[in-house]
Amino acid sequence: MNLFLIVVSAVLINNFILTKFLGLCPFVGVSNQIDASIGMGGAVIFVMTIASAVAWLFQTYILNPLNIGFLQTISYILVIAALVQFCEVVINKVSPSLKQALGIYLPLITTNCAVLGVAILNFRSNYTFIESVFNGFGSGLGFTMALLLMAGIRERIELAPIPRSLKGASITFITASLMSLAFLGFSGLIPQ
Amino acid sequence: MSKLIVTPAPHIKDSDTVSKQMRNVFIALIPALIASVIFFGTNALVVIITTVLSSVLFEVIILKIRKKAIKKSDISSSALTGLLLAFCVSSFMPWWIMILASFIAIAVAKHAFGGLGFNIFNPALAARAFILASWPVLMTTWLAPYAAITSATPLELLKENGISADYLTMFIGNHAGSIGETSAIALLIGALYLLVTRTIDFRVPASYLITVVAMSLVMGQDIVFQLLAGGLILGAFFMATDPVTSPVTKPGRWVFGAGCGFITMIIRVWGGYPEGVCYSILIMNAVVPLLDRYLQGRIFGCKRWNVV
Repeated sequence: MNLFLIVVSAVLINNFILTKFLGLCPFVGVSNQIDASIGMGGAVIFVMTIASAVAWLFQTYILNPLNIGFLQTISYILVIAALVQFCEVVINKVSPSLKQALGIYLPLITTNCAVLGVAILNFRSNYTFIESVFNGFGSGLGFTMALLLMAGIRERIELAPIPRSLKGASITFITASLMSLAFLGFSGLIPQ
Repeated sequence: MSKLIVTPAPHIKDSDTVSKQMRNVFIALIPALIASVIFFGTNALVVIITTVLSSVLFEVIILKIRKKAIKKSDISSSALTGLLLAFCVSSFMPWWIMILASFIAIAVAKHAFGGLGFNIFNPALAARAFILASWPVLMTTWLAPYAAITSATPLELLKENGISADYLTMFIGNHAGSIGETSAIALLIGALYLLVTRTIDFRVPASYLITVVAMSLVMGQDIVFQLLAGGLILGAFFMATDPVTSPVTKPGRWVFGAGCGFITMIIRVWGGYPEGVCYSILIMNAVVPLLDRYLQGRIFGCKRWNVV
């Protein structure tokens, strides 16, 4: 039940994009097409889950015993980036179809703030290994949901007579802010 | 040959227009308007008049700035947005907040997306969510009917003290709440008018209310109370049915209403807010483009639903 609540919380209440405002660059960059955002979403779920797992292991077995917690940020970036690159090479070799799906999106998000954010927030919340992995997975799922909704909206408003000064990224941010207001309704759903 | 006129489809035309639809909704809202003035007096009237006038004013100003022609449908739709916005706030709201809310509704939620017919979110509800986030205390201070004392809404009483209200009071609307949402009977008369004149499609409110009933059963809530409480009737018949922000296809409408009902009950029972109608419709508004894309109706001549 606890793991379920962690996933629900990561998707709806503490959504990375709509509540924490992290990972906005891939959100605005890729949300102009539904197909692209499905690929991106898959890549984010994958990377966030992997990053949560490996960052937890790294924190528990290397940073904590050696008492070098101050190196957390920089070492997380390094470890996550290296791991994702490694995964990419493996996927390339093992599953060409998966490579086709995640394709170019994997390297794009390896050093994204949302991925680093989920690793650090796992540490701050004192999650166990399993909880961290589920939180990473849920955060990726929440990111994908927001991305898909936004892609649908953007495909619809593509031909709308939006004032010229608001076209493109501006209207995307306005839409995101209204979505964020709407998702405020879920706040307090799970007592912290 | 000169009489041959070549035009694209549709070829069957109806006398129905946007302003005619808006007029029907206005007529349908008259009973609720009268009820609100009876219960909340001049306070409510001031809020309603301020909001409607400022919405129309912002519409005209923005159309002028965008160098667009001012049509009858623009005026009537913005007046309707203003009326619905006034209906979903407390009669306690100061006039200047309502002017700001009208600006958010008309300028941000509607004209930033291209104006009438292009908005993704219901303008009145987007503005309500905005002022609820900005002035949470004012937005949740309710006045009791006929009196200048503050009181709690039935949903707040249920959530905080576990007290359920009496059905008849809730049906007539003689209790604290937003200006236009309290009187179930007045709203239902209007809803009936909308359904008879076919201004709204029955699918959205039907699936919305059925889902609320089903969720109440599953969650062990009082069904009649949940149906009469809060802005459910106002939301289901007058806001979720907005033709611009609800799905075009029939299966899409069923799913849209069900999603609204589901989220409403989740927020009411487990959420931090006592009421979830406004948020549920806004969230489902964001899903509408995907519903329209993936749940297309049955193509004429085909047997199966065409789900892409």
